[in-house]
Amino acid sequence: MAKITVNGEAQEVQLPLSLTELIKQNNVEQPEMVSVQVNEEFADRTEWDGIQIKDGDSVDFLYFMGGGA
Amino acid sequence: MSAIDKYLKNNMIDLTEEQIHRYSRHILLKDVGVEGQEKIMNARVLVVGAGGLGAPVSLYLAAAGIGRIGIVDADVVDLSNLQRQVIHFTKDVGVAKVKSAKEKIQAINPDVKVDTYYEFLDSSNALDIIKEYDFIVDGTDNFPVKFLINDACVMAGKPFSHGGILRFNGQTFTHLPGTACYRCMFQGPPPAGVVPTCSQAGVLGAIAGMLGTIQAAETLKYFTGVGELLTNRLLTFDAKTMQFLTVNVKHRDSCEICGTNPSIDHLIDYEQPACELKKH
Repeated sequence: MAKITVNGEAQEVQLPLSLTELIKQNNVEQPEMVSVQVNEEFADRTEWDGIQIKDGDSVDFLYFMGGGA
Repeated sequence: MSAIDKYLKNNMIDLTEEQIHRYSRHILLKDVGVEGQEKIMNARVLVVGAGGLGAPVSLYLAAAGIGRIGIVDADVVDLSNLQRQVIHFTKDVGVAKVKSAKEKIQAINPDVKVDTYYEFLDSSNALDIIKEYDFIVDGTDNFPVKFLINDACVMAGKPFSHGGILRFNGQTFTHLPGTACYRCMFQGPPPAGVVPTCSQAGVLGAIAGMLGTIQAAETLKYFTGVGELLTNRLLTFDAKTMQFLTVNVKHRDSCEICGTNPSIDHLIDYEQPACELKKH
């Protein structure tokens, strides 16, 4: 088990785990609606499959919010 | 005249007696004072969108005494707006939002000069309008314009406050030249049709007030220099749990507009998804 942080909260995950799989595990319904940071660096969505989560990683999901009127 | 007013008057330079009285609760703040209030009164702010976010932003900025407020909006007030767009009243249904907003701003504070732009912000007018202002507030309801405001402000070197709301959630950050921009975080608009807007998804009216009020506070902080702005941080909240989360974000070197080798050198009018369900 690896200990990581997702949006500020601790999570335990089984490695190996790609970023794409982590996104699925966190029930992100529409991945096209999130921007993802790993250790405060933005991860290009074309590279999500190839990014492997490591123990101690901090991952942030930033959701698109388009409303305002 | 109260004792507070008398005290303030003796420590005052340019403000009239009425202004000292009107702004006394700002002036009493050690971090603001007369000097801060004068900065607020010399400030020029553009509010894009006179809707859910633009309403509280404009009301608070007017009350605070911002010298000049520009409002851009091409819409007229609809009955369904009144659940959250608190600057518009029932009698205003059918009236241009910029006209309705101007009337309320001047009723609150006749000192404020109001410029109205009864048009959409797009690539043809954005830079011309923005250049007249010191700070821009994004109160729009769609991604094409949110990216347009971002790009225009980055190109013009203008600071702005980004705001977005959806259902029970809100997000905001403040951009200053050199700090993370909207594209640093989100690259480009999501595919059309994927993302719901308020008109499709709904929004709890008070959420617009919560987020808009944060944007107004950031604007006043910017002009007075008080505290730390929401730069390089994205604030999000979920009103269902009342949890607020601040995520640190960094300026991205590969950013398409503010990175080392920007690939965008002109403003883009992204296609607007046909999402508004007009009933007439």
